[in-house]
Amino acid sequence: MGKKQDLTELFGEPVAGNGLLHRRFFLQSSAALAGAAAAATPALAESIGSGSPPTMLKPGAQFNAYGMPSHWRENIKRILATNVPPAREVTGSIRTPLQYLEGTITPAGLHYVRNHNGTPDIDPSKHELLIHGMVRQPSIFTVDALMRYPMRTEIHFMECAGNSGGIAGAATPQQQTAGDLHGLLSCSEWTGVKLSTLLDEAGVDPRATWMLAEGADAAGMSRSVPVWKAMDDAMIALYQNGEPIRPEQGFPMRLLLPGFEGNTNVKWLRRLKLLDSPMYTKDETSRYTELLPDGKAREFMLQMEPKSVILKPSFSVDMQGPGYYEISGVAWSGLGRVRKVDISADGGKTWAEAALTNPVLPKALTRFRLPWMWNGGPAVLMSRTTDEKGRVQPTHSEWLAQYAPRQNFHFNAIQSWAIGANGKVSNVYV
Amino acid sequence: MFRAALIACFTLVAGGALAADIAPPKLGRPATPDEIAKADISIPPDGKGLPAGSGSVAQGAQVFAAKCSVCHGANAEGTPNGDRLVGGMGTLASANPVKTVSSYWPYATTLFDYIRRAMPLTNPQSLQNDEAYAVVAYILSIDNIVPKDAVLDAQSLPKVQMPNRNGFINWEPRLIKP
Repeated sequence: MGKKQDLTELFGEPVAGNGLLHRRFFLQSSAALAGAAAAATPALAESIGSGSPPTMLKPGAQFNAYGMPSHWRENIKRILATNVPPAREVTGSIRTPLQYLEGTITPAGLHYVRNHNGTPDIDPSKHELLIHGMVRQPSIFTVDALMRYPMRTEIHFMECAGNSGGIAGAATPQQQTAGDLHGLLSCSEWTGVKLSTLLDEAGVDPRATWMLAEGADAAGMSRSVPVWKAMDDAMIALYQNGEPIRPEQGFPMRLLLPGFEGNTNVKWLRRLKLLDSPMYTKDETSRYTELLPDGKAREFMLQMEPKSVILKPSFSVDMQGPGYYEISGVAWSGLGRVRKVDISADGGKTWAEAALTNPVLPKALTRFRLPWMWNGGPAVLMSRTTDEKGRVQPTHSEWLAQYAPRQNFHFNAIQSWAIGANGKVSNVYV
Repeated sequence: MFRAALIACFTLVAGGALAADIAPPKLGRPATPDEIAKADISIPPDGKGLPAGSGSVAQGAQVFAAKCSVCHGANAEGTPNGDRLVGGMGTLASANPVKTVSSYWPYATTLFDYIRRAMPLTNPQSLQNDEAYAVVAYILSIDNIVPKDAVLDAQSLPKVQMPNRNGFINWEPRLIKP
């Protein structure tokens, strides 16, 4: 009891049910807790080495030409669905282990990959981008030529339209990690050439309203994109997190359409054709269209709606006994900036606003955090984001009610995690 | 101090204006008609760009058995390696909607475009144009979207009326524009 009162002095009274604390108590708590660390007494010995860790007693490893993560964290790997049939090894996906990552930038080697027929090995000296169709001058750009254009650098998330689709399709909650459930989501710093610069050079016919984008992979991935998007914030991305874009992300270049469903961000981009109507390719008719209860389907639902997920705690990231925790996760919206993230620890009865970690960028992952005093009892954690356009994440049942049974694209419902009295975290539908 | 800040501010504004005034380079080279023709493999719903050649349902059944059935099943019913392509007719508004080429796809041109560019998975772009027409004809014949004696070519393919042709709502006008 006395201990609880001390903590209340440190962190204040809860602002929502089940122990959620006010977000302003981060600063105070870190300062107060720092005082608790006791100073170590130096050991007296003939050499100081007897009191030091072994890494201080001999030289470390040599330089590496390309650095790798610590072998102590070899478990942090992308997640491949198990028991996939052979064809699905080149036509499926591998997911970002969201629950192991912090901040907002996904390491390039952990960026999710959704391929439709494998990752091509493209010689950049032989790869060209053709812009044609309804343009004044059909034009070809080499990679070297593109490198000479003014560059821009922006941070944006990438999310597959099928992300979290397993949840939408599963009648009972699957007990899987956040990466398994939501890991067709990543965020990178992208550098490249503004697409409007190239389209202006080719001279787009004012009657052109759509643009086909096509990749040089074995699926010949192709999607139709509205010209207004191509002229707005589209980019020919050449770099990812400071290095040439990885083969799995489209080396030597990909189309980047901030906030649009991942599939339209065509990798290994080789061709853009300006049109006055969509091409109606396989992936904008058979896939990535949303069937409604009345049998009609929405096509060209291209913008990813606001969404969030708590990663700490989450399935397999369990509690370690009652006490202070920082709830942390990511939020994003394809429509712009995240305006706020609300957290509930009592299954949605009461909510507290989380702190957003700067920078809060449009169409980028935003890290949110909230202090929590877990009393050791059952709790249901939920996060609900609102974006700058005022769009709010739907509940699980609200999302399902919009569509026909077992639809699994553009799923953005609130994720709920139940905390058991033993600290185990499980996926639940609320 | 204030003066220094003022100068810094002025320099920034001038620098910004300067950058905007410099036109980007024009480094694209003109594409030749031949280069465009080789690259432009997309087929829109109106069929523009469809190649010469033709294929019958009977021919398509043979090609399908040899090159497609290993993943899509002997009767295009699907396997773990390849999607189900047929059936599900009339199920879209039911409690158990089944989306297939037959029941869901709005355009036959999409099927031709996709088969010709991406199938078979292990050997994409290997089909002759005649084979691509034939496989489309065969798949569409299974649910009687085309008759069993159909022959598809550049004229007849775009005229095929897919059952779900009018089943889509274009969401693009509802997107948030800049």
